[in-house]
Amino acid sequence: MSDYNFAYLDEQTKRMIRRAILKGVAVPGYQVPFASREMPMPYGWGTGGVQVSSAVLTPEDTLKVIDQGADDTTNAVSIRKFFQKVADVAVTEKTEDATVIQTRHRIPERDLTEEQILVYQVPIPEPLRFLEPRETETRKMHALEEYGLMHVKLYEDISRHGAISTAYAYPVKVEDRYVMDPSPIPKFDNPKLESSALQLFGAGREQRIYAVPPYTKVASLDFDDHPFDPSKANHVCALCGAEDSYLDEVIVDDEGGRMFVCSDTAYCASRRGEAA
Amino acid sequence: MTPPLLEVQNLTKRYGARIGCADVSFRLYPGEVMGIVGESGSGKSTLLNCLAGQLEPDLGRVLFDTRAEGPKDTLTMSEPERRMLGRTDWAFVHQNPRDGLRMRVSAGGNVGERLMAVGARHYGDIREAAVDWLGRVEIDADRVDDRPAAFSGGMQQRLQIARNLVTGPRLVFMDEPTGGLDVSVQARLLDLLRGLVRRMGLSAIIVTHDLAVVRLLADRLMVMKEGHVVETGLTDQVLDDPQHAYTQLLVSSVLQV
Repeated sequence: MSDYNFAYLDEQTKRMIRRAILKGVAVPGYQVPFASREMPMPYGWGTGGVQVSSAVLTPEDTLKVIDQGADDTTNAVSIRKFFQKVADVAVTEKTEDATVIQTRHRIPERDLTEEQILVYQVPIPEPLRFLEPRETETRKMHALEEYGLMHVKLYEDISRHGAISTAYAYPVKVEDRYVMDPSPIPKFDNPKLESSALQLFGAGREQRIYAVPPYTKVASLDFDDHPFDPSKANHVCALCGAEDSYLDEVIVDDEGGRMFVCSDTAYCASRRGEAA
Repeated sequence: MTPPLLEVQNLTKRYGARIGCADVSFRLYPGEVMGIVGESGSGKSTLLNCLAGQLEPDLGRVLFDTRAEGPKDTLTMSEPERRMLGRTDWAFVHQNPRDGLRMRVSAGGNVGERLMAVGARHYGDIREAAVDWLGRVEIDADRVDDRPAAFSGGMQQRLQIARNLVTGPRLVFMDEPTGGLDVSVQARLLDLLRGLVRRMGLSAIIVTHDLAVVRLLADRLMVMKEGHVVETGLTDQVLDDPQHAYTQLLVSSVLQV
């Protein structure tokens, strides 16, 4: 424990990251460049999220880490253990008990509060990247609010599939200004981006931090005649019976058997606890 | 008399010590098509790129008659304003359609991009406009969801023209629009362009080394050599009675079949 500074990163680095976070909060949806550090895990495992968590954690915090909604998957377990070791903070699996929640690909089902910070791991922060490969050009497009191209992508979806088939990393416009990639959360979670909690996004490899402050307007892009639809599997959870939560499809045998269960394991467990 | 749509004054662009184009001045009136001819390296494309705001000239003024505020120097206006012009009142047809098209986006998306860039948010309307414009450039409506990569060279060039004209621009820049196409496809494209230009009352600046193209399309002609304009005049006047030695050479170099 004494071999590390609290939460692994040195204080100067944390200051630098906090400065980027403050700028991100001041300009919602704007991607703030920051000097991302080498972390003791590979890129793609959440190095951006870990650095943001490291900069916001205090010794009194209670940390929860989820990966695809679950507390017990490899990525979540290893990051949770990492912070237990280098910050010695309390950890929990209960959404309502956590003060800092680091997440990959989901927003918890339970409504978050003003006391909580949600930290996202972001692989590719630039929503325009697959349409416009030049960083100089995408920066200019953000600066000048030239977002027509984003709708070209949605147009292509409809022309090819009859509906907007983008199901995750669904582009949003923040506070009527910046178009933002909400990280690969399912579009079912998009309405929850308008939250009471502070939401921070960290992309380690791409060296970007951005933020959505509490109660910020977040609108999913769509067409007038093809409005945004936060769809989910048309089932109820096989374990807790929830009708309102995002479901994972689990293959249970090699004869076509399958079941749908809550992807948010803490939500599912709490419902089963209440039912019992 | 109506004011000119575009007025160019003493436009000069140098590449270090070398001259790109020097001291070019002309006026373009609404509905007029101006041809710029000259051999490779004569500064035609440099001039066109300076006019279209893609290159920054060293000297001179380019006054464009904007809809809202009248004549305005496009070189000193702000970048957002210039880029806005670039996707509304201006159009740029590249020699190579790959430079002007998004090859991984369907034909309909390519045509619709400019509409969405200026705020169209109704899928049905965008698609209708795209199909309408594909028809106008003689591409079958059932190709609307195909990518340009599946199109022939001539079709790609026609698609590029549709994509550019869909927002009803007033000034079209064309850089060798028929380059790289075989003669029968060229003839069809020229026929189409001539029809569109006349019907929509477009003004256009066409850069080419192909005298047949300007003979068919252009009202006026500007001959360039080594960065300078050596002769200007009505198209048939310049082509049938060339005065400058270089123009005489150019006209007499055309192969007769």
